[in-house]
Amino acid sequence: MGLMLALRRRFGFILKLFFKKDKMRIGIYGPPNAGKTTLANRILRDWTGDILGSPSDVPHETRRARLREGVKIEVDGKSLTIDIVDTPGLATKIDFQEFLKYGLEEEEARRRAKEATEGVIEAIKWLDDLDGVLLVMDATEDPFTQVNVTIVGNMEARKLPLLIVANKIDLPNASPARIKSAFPQHPVVPISALKGINIDSLYKAMAERFG
Amino acid sequence: MEGVQMNLISKDMLEKMPSMEKLRMILDNVKEGKIVVLESGLTPEEETKLIEMTMLEIDHDKFIGIEVESYPAREKKFLSKLFGKKQGRLTVIGPANRLKTLEKQEDVIKALVQI
Repeated sequence: MGLMLALRRRFGFILKLFFKKDKMRIGIYGPPNAGKTTLANRILRDWTGDILGSPSDVPHETRRARLREGVKIEVDGKSLTIDIVDTPGLATKIDFQEFLKYGLEEEEARRRAKEATEGVIEAIKWLDDLDGVLLVMDATEDPFTQVNVTIVGNMEARKLPLLIVANKIDLPNASPARIKSAFPQHPVVPISALKGINIDSLYKAMAERFG
Repeated sequence: MEGVQMNLISKDMLEKMPSMEKLRMILDNVKEGKIVVLESGLTPEEETKLIEMTMLEIDHDKFIGIEVESYPAREKKFLSKLFGKKQGRLTVIGPANRLKTLEKQEDVIKALVQI
């Protein structure tokens, strides 16, 4: 790791106190199928009338990071302009056989697996160019996954603002409280990106955290 | 005797190793089917680098990735927070097709190792 990069990571937050950016670059991170693209689409639809990509039930549907610049969010008279980076799902393993369960042919499953590994690397590289992260967790799943622990640890080490999004609260077995108790040191906003439930609270939290 | 080899690496040894040497050692062991237990764990930066290196080495046949079990790092005191590196806690790393997490809490990890 270069000395300059290491210094930037350790003391960058001090510079940010004095030189506030007029635009924040926010990455949407999380494990596969947590609802990252659905959330990115929800934010864009609400504030630009556009969408970023197509979500899917098959894991690793997003295999390239997608950037949308200059999204203006207005909450309670406060305005926040952000660049949104929708990143591929982070994982420590990728098995092409998993995709066969979704009806993909072997050749297509292998290609998807290869692209997914490249997508994970791309998502990690983006961490160096962000000003904050929305970490999307599936509220119906166990929050103590290695991916979640690694992203939280990285944001803490880089002193960058992090907002945890407890997604899929429209599902009956969702438990945002479990996420809150797993990561008590960070704000958690329960939402359903698909149904738009509690989405205004997320925008308010984003304005407070990233504004 | 049949079984899975486990390599338990002490904190002292880990502290003497440069990051890349540490990560290379972990990945080489895991690719050979061994389980690696690190007494003091990895820093968050090392964890992301390990994921990155793993993705580069997945061949979709023999090696499909790793399973990592670690607890969240504890909060440090103010001065060490400002100047020190955030050190992880005990970490277990193994091949994804052999090691499976059963349950993970703040201070307890339950995992299954397939022989």
